[in-house]
Amino acid sequence: MAEKLKIATTSLGGCFGCHMSFLDIDERIIDLFDLVEFDRSPLTDIKHCSEYVDIGLIEGGVCNSENVHTLREFRKSCKVLIAVGACAINGGLPALRNFIPLEECLAESYLTGEGIDNPQIPSDIELPLLLDKVHPIHELVKVDYFLPGCPPSGNAFWRFITDLAAGKTPTLPYDLVHYD
Amino acid sequence: MSENTLTIDGKPVHFKDGDTIMEAAIRAGIYIPHLCHDPELKPQGNCKMCEVKVNGRNCSACTFPAAEGQKVLNNIKELNENRRIIVQMLFVEGNHLCPGCEKSGNCKLQAIAYSVGMMEYRFPLIYPKREMDTSHPDILLDRNRCIFCEMCVRAGREVDGKEVFAISGRGIGNHLIVNSPSGLLKDSLLEVTDKAANVCPVGAIIIKRHGFEVPIGQRIYDKKQIAEVSVATEKVLEEKVHG
Amino acid sequence: MTWSESKQEKVLAIVSKHEIRQTRLLQILREVQDEFHCVPKNALEIVAAELGLARTKVEGVVQFYSLLSLEQQGRFHILFSDSITDQFQGSRELMDYLSAKLGVKPGQTRSDGKVSLGFTSCTGLCDQGPAGLVNGHWLSRLNESRIDRIVDLVEREVPVSSWPLEFFHVEDNIQSPGLLLQSPIDQGEALKQLVREGFEEIFMEINRSGLRGRGGAGFETAWKWRFCAEGPEDYSGSSLVDKNERFVVCNADEGEPGTFKDRILLNSYAHQVFEGMTVCAGIVGAKQGFLYLRGEYLRLRPQLEAILANRRAKNFLGKSILGRNGFDFDIEIHMGAGAYVCGEESALIESLEGKRGVPRVRPPYPIDRGYLDQPTVVNNVETFAAVAAIAAYGGAWFATQGTDKSKGSKIISISGDCERPGIYEYDFGISIAEILMDCGAENTLAVQVGGPSGGIISGKEYHRKLAFEDLGTGGSFMIFNKKRDVLEIVRNFTHFFAHESCGFCTPCRVGTTLLKNEVDKICDGHATSLDLVGLSSLAKFIKTASHCGLGQSAANPVLGSLSHFPQAYKDRFKDVVFEPGFDLDESLETARRMSARDDPWAHLEQ
Ligand SMILES: Cc1cc2nc3c(=O)[nH]c(=O)nc-3n(C[C@H](O)[C@H](O)[C@H](O)COP(=O)(O)O)c2cc1C
Ligand code: SF4
Ligand code: SF4
Ligand code: SF4
Repeated sequence: MAEKLKIATTSLGGCFGCHMSFLDIDERIIDLFDLVEFDRSPLTDIKHCSEYVDIGLIEGGVCNSENVHTLREFRKSCKVLIAVGACAINGGLPALRNFIPLEECLAESYLTGEGIDNPQIPSDIELPLLLDKVHPIHELVKVDYFLPGCPPSGNAFWRFITDLAAGKTPTLPYDLVHYD
Repeated sequence: MSENTLTIDGKPVHFKDGDTIMEAAIRAGIYIPHLCHDPELKPQGNCKMCEVKVNGRNCSACTFPAAEGQKVLNNIKELNENRRIIVQMLFVEGNHLCPGCEKSGNCKLQAIAYSVGMMEYRFPLIYPKREMDTSHPDILLDRNRCIFCEMCVRAGREVDGKEVFAISGRGIGNHLIVNSPSGLLKDSLLEVTDKAANVCPVGAIIIKRHGFEVPIGQRIYDKKQIAEVSVATEKVLEEKVHG
Repeated sequence: MTWSESKQEKVLAIVSKHEIRQTRLLQILREVQDEFHCVPKNALEIVAAELGLARTKVEGVVQFYSLLSLEQQGRFHILFSDSITDQFQGSRELMDYLSAKLGVKPGQTRSDGKVSLGFTSCTGLCDQGPAGLVNGHWLSRLNESRIDRIVDLVEREVPVSSWPLEFFHVEDNIQSPGLLLQSPIDQGEALKQLVREGFEEIFMEINRSGLRGRGGAGFETAWKWRFCAEGPEDYSGSSLVDKNERFVVCNADEGEPGTFKDRILLNSYAHQVFEGMTVCAGIVGAKQGFLYLRGEYLRLRPQLEAILANRRAKNFLGKSILGRNGFDFDIEIHMGAGAYVCGEESALIESLEGKRGVPRVRPPYPIDRGYLDQPTVVNNVETFAAVAAIAAYGGAWFATQGTDKSKGSKIISISGDCERPGIYEYDFGISIAEILMDCGAENTLAVQVGGPSGGIISGKEYHRKLAFEDLGTGGSFMIFNKKRDVLEIVRNFTHFFAHESCGFCTPCRVGTTLLKNEVDKICDGHATSLDLVGLSSLAKFIKTASHCGLGQSAANPVLGSLSHFPQAYKDRFKDVVFEPGFDLDESLETARRMSARDDPWAHLEQ
């Protein structure tokens, strides 16, 4: 049997909904384990990508500096990078803040909003800084494939990954393509 | 060939005097993708989705007059690729957050995007700042989703006999304005039964309190492609309007 | 807010001066703008009510034309031309200088309401730049000392009408006259010939001359007139049958950056231009003509009105011209208001009707259904000047010059890097090399023939010829020497198109902005070779899919430079697979500042 494909997954500015939906492949996950092995992923708790990963699945858009580092690590390690879900593809709901200046967002959250005592903007080198806008991942790195949906269905994940594992360009039938 | 016949992708199509290529196609049950055309409204040709090749030349099917012996190419790779670019442009131009949009599943822009296989945005997003008008008791105007097809503008003028909407600005700064002293929808003549309130192909003009009524899976374009839906509904309308 | 009665009176007076006609909407709004330094909401409502138009229609017009504004502008509104030749002459630096002195930024109005600044597309003074406009009037040859004086006049609130005349001085700057400019006709000469020889005979002379339109597209003038006179619908076999009203329009929009030859024709040869229009009117049977004058040429208007009055007095215009029964014709001047697309003939007609300048669907063409849906001839200023000369001197006089396919001469406007910018007239068929020699251009990197919508050529092609069959031009001829950066030129032109797109059709409305962003990315050094693939497919798409000539040529600067100067792109590319199109570290700046951090983790590499 051919060597298993190595898959890494992560969520940047996302809600983990895409990851949850991935698990909707249900019992097929057993078949999946015959084909692939998981590298860095919240499913394995491995913290960094191996040097060489076949497929990287990215959920979520790029909101902060840590997202940038993570995305770059994935791009560096993964032969094929897939933007998964609305947020990775167009910023998604987190991008709603793009219409409000970051200055106002931070002030509302930490300084002037209701119910805040001891107003201050957190300043700790452990904390990632916010970018002034949320970006879809294709604006920061080259992306090979896009898997739309909010979230994409388990069936869409299954189809995409089995196509890739079979060495085919992934294609989705009409009823598996949706943006919501 | 008999008189008043042209071909679309090799298939003979009869047309009536005064027809555009689009009108002839609709009557013949052939789908040419479009976002700014409606049989009841004067064709305008702004979305450029219906661009076909007429004897080798690119033309907008919705405005180009049908003529004897024209060889029209419609469903070909090159044109469908162009159509994909157009939907991608419309998606990055506005703010289309489909997961939160009441029109999702029933939206023509989305449906065409599905049918031309749009998986990604291709271009960097523009994220324009656009205003929402929630003032009207029954109708919502969310300019974030407007694609400037001017269907609402024309429907008001031509069908409802009211001047409600207009395009203002220029170029990428275009924006939809409302004819009322306050500039708000609530002070305009728009009523929920007007064609202008119901013609929007996307989720920019929405009738309130009907959002998310139909469950996912049963919405217009969940299972059926827009070609099928469009041919079925517009043929009837076309025959009603132009015979 | 109540509006004072005197203000209302003023608006009403303007509307009634224009006979409460809807077609005069743009003219009315221009005057309102002049009066109030904006189109106030109240004025907008009054105009709409008086004309019986929806307020949205009026607002749509205001927001379409860049010289009109809903926001209050300064009592002195100063615009600098942002054309590439003005930029290369230091206009941006001068704007910084002016802006610092006045304490107001471009695009803003100073809080005391005295002054506002901004940039505008080419003002047609490229040979005497850096140039600009103050309250719509030309400012030529700007430099620091002139700006010091302007600042002083503004601060002392000296009305523009009392500013030193030299500020507004604009020369014809004819460096090398040719066929037309050397032999202007005597006033009335063409018309006398027309009345003497008959309309059909003069039409034959124009046909014989082989004259093709000088506005760019090069359509045969005689044929255009024939179509208009006959009108496809009421074609009855015999020519010049008149069932419809017909119109003659002179296209003096001259918006293509780098073109200023119509400025000279209107300044010094206006009689001849009007005479050409009148000849056309006689032949096609039109009673009414329009000169559509670009808003930036406001300064020419009074003298043009005077010439029209003079011609009426001589019966070169009016009823029964030169005694010929039924030969009635008059000309009205309509001003544009800052929209390049209005040079496109069908957009121009919309604008003449007082609307937004959105190009119409064609067919039908203007010769069939133009102004008010009536058959309309639209020709360029130079075309009409040539018509008058041909009527006076005969078709052969013209046809013996030039090349087989491009008869006669062409007036070109030379600007950019050369010793002697200005107006040159050549017989068609002249080589680019000869032109460069004449105007004293050295070390030439590239020539932009036909303006941003035309093409860029490099040294290998200077043997090519000026002619419709080789290098066509409406008159713009910009020269760039080897100190210039091709990509800066491409950037300027691409911004121009994005600014001027009317927004009607998707490919151009969205595409020109995407193209602009992509070229910015390249110029800012964030692009990689991957960007190139996207850039050229986007450019080709815009070119093939757009509704009108503007969109169809908007990608020419990118496509032309990609094929002629590929190295310019390669030099900018990063040796990485991909880079973001925005400055990553910069986009952390707000968060950095607000959380008072500057540690290494508070920064990002591009
Ligand atoms: C975007 C655009 C701008 C144009 N600008 C002008 C112009 O400023 N002057 C002009 O004469 N023609 C201009 N044209 C060409 C006109 O549409 C038209 O072809 C011309 O006025 C016809 O006159 P001619 O036959 O005498 O050249 C422009 C065309 C386009 C598409
Ligand atoms: S209008 Fe259509 S494309 Fe836009 S967000 Fe709504 S569903 Fe999506
Ligand atoms: S609101 Fe809807 S119908 Fe009106 S122009 Fe926008 S997209 Fe078209
Ligand atoms: S090509 Fe551009 S200028 Fe022409 S109609 Fe389309 S948007 Fe307007």
